[in-house]
Amino acid sequence: MLSSLTRALIDSGMNPSIVKVDCLWTEDDKRLGRLGVPVKAALSKDMCPDHFAIYNTEDMLAWAEDNGSDILLNETAGLCLRCAPYPNDCLAVCVIDITSGPNNPLKVGPLMTSADVVMMTKGDMVSQAEREVFRERVLEANPTCTPIEANGLTSKGSVELAEIVLRSKDVSSDMRLRNNPPFSICTLCAGETRIGKEYQRGVLRRMDGFTDYRGE
Amino acid sequence: MHEINSLTILGGNDKDDNCDFVDSIKILKGEIIGVVGPTGSGKSTLIGDIEQLAQRDTQSKRQILIDDAVPDNDLRSDPRKKLVAQLSQNMHFLADMKVDEFLRMHAKSRGKPETLSGEVIEIANTLCGEPLGPENHLTALSGGQSRALMTADIARISDSPIVLIDEIENAGIRKQEALKLLSGEGKIVIVVTHDPVLALLTEKRIVMENGGMVKIIERSGKEREVCSKLAELDERIIMLRETIRRGETVEELI
Repeated sequence: MLSSLTRALIDSGMNPSIVKVDCLWTEDDKRLGRLGVPVKAALSKDMCPDHFAIYNTEDMLAWAEDNGSDILLNETAGLCLRCAPYPNDCLAVCVIDITSGPNNPLKVGPLMTSADVVMMTKGDMVSQAEREVFRERVLEANPTCTPIEANGLTSKGSVELAEIVLRSKDVSSDMRLRNNPPFSICTLCAGETRIGKEYQRGVLRRMDGFTDYRGE
Repeated sequence: MHEINSLTILGGNDKDDNCDFVDSIKILKGEIIGVVGPTGSGKSTLIGDIEQLAQRDTQSKRQILIDDAVPDNDLRSDPRKKLVAQLSQNMHFLADMKVDEFLRMHAKSRGKPETLSGEVIEIANTLCGEPLGPENHLTALSGGQSRALMTADIARISDSPIVLIDEIENAGIRKQEALKLLSGEGKIVIVVTHDPVLALLTEKRIVMENGGMVKIIERSGKEREVCSKLAELDERIIMLRETIRRGETVEELI
């Protein structure tokens, strides 16, 4: 999807730079490098990829500016689907696989519910009825988004997306996240590996929904 | 249902970027058109171009006009306004939902009453030997049941002025009845098929090769004769198949 969007933007006279954030390993920079635009791969390693993307947003923008680019495309993995690295000033695009089933849009969370555009891919693998039911579910979860049927192999949808990208506004210096990340600090993030309630700190929720704060 | 009078395909290019030999074809309300050609010749791509009302923005660079004009953008994407119903080659559902729940949700997406669900199931059961019910899980349906349900869904819920059918003969359902059900009054029907009975039912056939539209064959008088003989023969074959399905023996060629 990112490749065909980049080609569509180049065709409209734009000069994009691309940052691909991944967790452990990626070869996407080599693949995207063939498009002839500046590409940087960034691995978040032990850090959450969404948090990593948020933390590095300014640096990515500065790097794109140094390249003389008029637009920065940033693709990130997005793992737990509980938060999303979308700043309010940027165009937020969520790519979702139709073969994941029509219940999936209800499971994804802010990554989809706070996106401006939802690109629905692999629709050629299901019936038209299933594509339409999927689209309905996307709109139930995010009524203000623009859903686009897309196909990475045939570039379907990329011209439509490029038109929306070209209409999007410039970023300001005072950007905010669109939504709150999950409950404060997680003991597991801080390196705790022991299983057991007594080892966990922070805002914790039990299976019955009871929420407790434990810590300083 | 939104009324339209014609659909026009303006040629684009084949897989090697050579121009389509057929530079334009206009299909009128009530016509049934065939699409033929070997595997990989671009039949499904052509069907895909029509389904998304391509505006020189697909790989083939073809353009689709409705009533000789460029269609509005929301006709392309909003299922409530969609002009095109498509029965694709997919033989199975992937959605983890029950039949009734799925049909109600699909009716809602098309702006139709959710009560159509029961009617769709009833029609599906006339097309397929194994009956299905509202509480069945979509993913557990057989290939024949799935295709019968997709066909009935198109006839009632996706009721649209343009109907695209991709290889109905492999579906394990009563194909002529399915085609009759889908074509309806005053619709434009485009059917990808190599089944002689179905292909010779169409008035014209677009021949595909290497991704391009290479020629249009008009059905001859001779072909029309062959078609009616074939239809009789097909009817006998269906009866023989039913005899075998019931576990009886075949005594003679009926």
